[in-house]
Amino acid sequence: MVGVGDHMPAVADPERSVDPAADNGHRAHDEAAHADPELKPDHPDAARFSDVDEWGRSERMRRLARQLYDPVYRSWFRVEWEGLEKIPTDGGALLIANHAGAIPQDAPVIMHGIESELGRPVYGMADYFFRTVPVVGTLWSRAGGVVASPQNAYRLLREQGQLALVFPEGSRGPSKRFDERYQLRRFGRGGFVEIAMRAGVPIIPIAVIGSEEAMPILFRIPALGRLLRLPYFPVTANMVVMGPLGILVPFPAKLRLRVMDPVKFDVPPDLGRYSRSKVMEAAESIRANLQQTVYDLLSERRSVWFG
Amino acid sequence: MSGSADHTPRRLLVTGADTFWGGRVAQAFEADLEVEVVVGMGSRDPSVPLERTDFVKVSDPSYSTVNRIVSATGVDTIVHTGLVVDSTLGSSNRLHDVNVIGTMNLLAAAGAPGSTVKALVVKSSGLVYGATSRDPYVFSETMTRVTPARTPVERSLLEAEALVRDFSQDNPGVAVSVMRFANVLGADLSTPLSRNLSRPICPSLFGYDPLLQFVEQGDVVRALVHAVRRATPGTFNVGAPGRLPLSEVAAICGTRIVPLPPWRTGLLAAPMARLGVFDLPPELIPLLRCGRGMDTTRFCETGFEYLFSSVEAAHAFARAIRLRKGVGRPGDSYTYQEDVEHFLRFARSVAHRPSGPPEVA
Repeated sequence: MVGVGDHMPAVADPERSVDPAADNGHRAHDEAAHADPELKPDHPDAARFSDVDEWGRSERMRRLARQLYDPVYRSWFRVEWEGLEKIPTDGGALLIANHAGAIPQDAPVIMHGIESELGRPVYGMADYFFRTVPVVGTLWSRAGGVVASPQNAYRLLREQGQLALVFPEGSRGPSKRFDERYQLRRFGRGGFVEIAMRAGVPIIPIAVIGSEEAMPILFRIPALGRLLRLPYFPVTANMVVMGPLGILVPFPAKLRLRVMDPVKFDVPPDLGRYSRSKVMEAAESIRANLQQTVYDLLSERRSVWFG
Repeated sequence: MSGSADHTPRRLLVTGADTFWGGRVAQAFEADLEVEVVVGMGSRDPSVPLERTDFVKVSDPSYSTVNRIVSATGVDTIVHTGLVVDSTLGSSNRLHDVNVIGTMNLLAAAGAPGSTVKALVVKSSGLVYGATSRDPYVFSETMTRVTPARTPVERSLLEAEALVRDFSQDNPGVAVSVMRFANVLGADLSTPLSRNLSRPICPSLFGYDPLLQFVEQGDVVRALVHAVRRATPGTFNVGAPGRLPLSEVAAICGTRIVPLPPWRTGLLAAPMARLGVFDLPPELIPLLRCGRGMDTTRFCETGFEYLFSSVEAAHAFARAIRLRKGVGRPGDSYTYQEDVEHFLRFARSVAHRPSGPPEVA
């Protein structure tokens, strides 16, 4: 078991430790934008007035977001990882995880964790719903969110060799009630497997526990969800305990993550279509393994709050 | 016809020669003496000076007479720059007439029995991809738009492209290229977006900061000329490398962003647009919400190189705005005078004819 501190001798200066990642990511983008060397850089005014890249991410914003989130990551959730070494330090890979809690904490924890421990940016992919909300959508995208679509994922994984994170359960995961906790929902049509096959990258499943208890859903009000055009409208235990503050503030559950062995596919990349049965079979076996690992973690857990 | 190395047209027809694009493309081929004949068609007076182009002014914007012109001139190449991509230029009826009926008439003429047309280049727009929050961040030519088109200009462009696709299936001997351009910036032309950027205030939608891709006006003309010379059949995205958020473009251009309510924008903005405070045609609103990106590797693989990236195009445009503010209204803009043009080409007293029609009767 690897604690946060073991991996991070420079905990005292979290900003320094994440900086190289930021700079690398940004340089890589600049090179991509001016990939053609014959494209004269003699124009006196190629100066950028912002650092927003083609994915809508701003390194300055991301650094700020990470600085703000780091205390939450370390002191509130006291995140512990196992098997981080299974995540490649270069080349594309598709990370998948179980998804839970009214405002799912697993996404920022995985993104921040891998960025600060491995120094690699993670492109968190989520439903296009986020992009439709004014202000929130812009901040979400500047901070590193990308709309989950096969085309975007292919471009990230195949053409740019990045780490992309998706939650195959979609909003079915975080919308489930507390009495259904840690029961993985179905993995859609297995689209994530097909993308990994087409992009020729491995799938690395990550099991997360603690996010269910951070913001448990007591019940949902579907009518209000429809009215506000939200994917679901939850009433959480946090709201009951903390009042309005509970809309946003999670409980300090201990979050533990276990990176599972990468799943590789022996099919050629870039095919137009992959055998549906093969895709569904792979998706189902990944789901079963992830479910089992979540159970393993839960059976090892002595306390929700202290791990 | 395959993508042969160099294909110089002998007899060229430019539609929409009255527009900036058509005029500039005609100018580019006028300079090439291997091009024997340049014919320009347009429903208005040309907006750039044309030296030896035979300009035909057709009063009908839907080009109902184009079949006679094509068969009479025996052109081998057509550059169709006449598609309207800015709905502030006319009513939606006119849009339909020009984009759909005009294209239909042109294609009928080009595909008529005995037609000599061997290549067709169509100037379309990235508008065909639309702009929604579900879009891929970068559209490649093989992707289709996510939601059906709602604005007249997008609908008519899609219809025009569909006609062109049918034409290229029915006429495998003709090299057909469809060019989809990103938003154009340039000193000499005005689009709703560029007009907004050159005013003191530029509208945006509250809470949204879309990523935009541009192409510099000179690169547009070069791309069209490149497509004609290389005779590369297929559909191509043309947009400069890089994308940048609207807020940054506004900062570069020195204009102040004024956020409008993100819902019911069209309704609320209509009076302001009518007063000329800003331009907000229906096809611009989704762009201000979601932006658009296009993958341009396919066209680059045909050997095309951009002179300006998106950021550089914005800076070049900002320089043009500052110059315009410095000198006021430019006095050297060109006005077409038919008698003068006729005199220069046909009068006996003109000693230096710009290699125009060989002899006067």
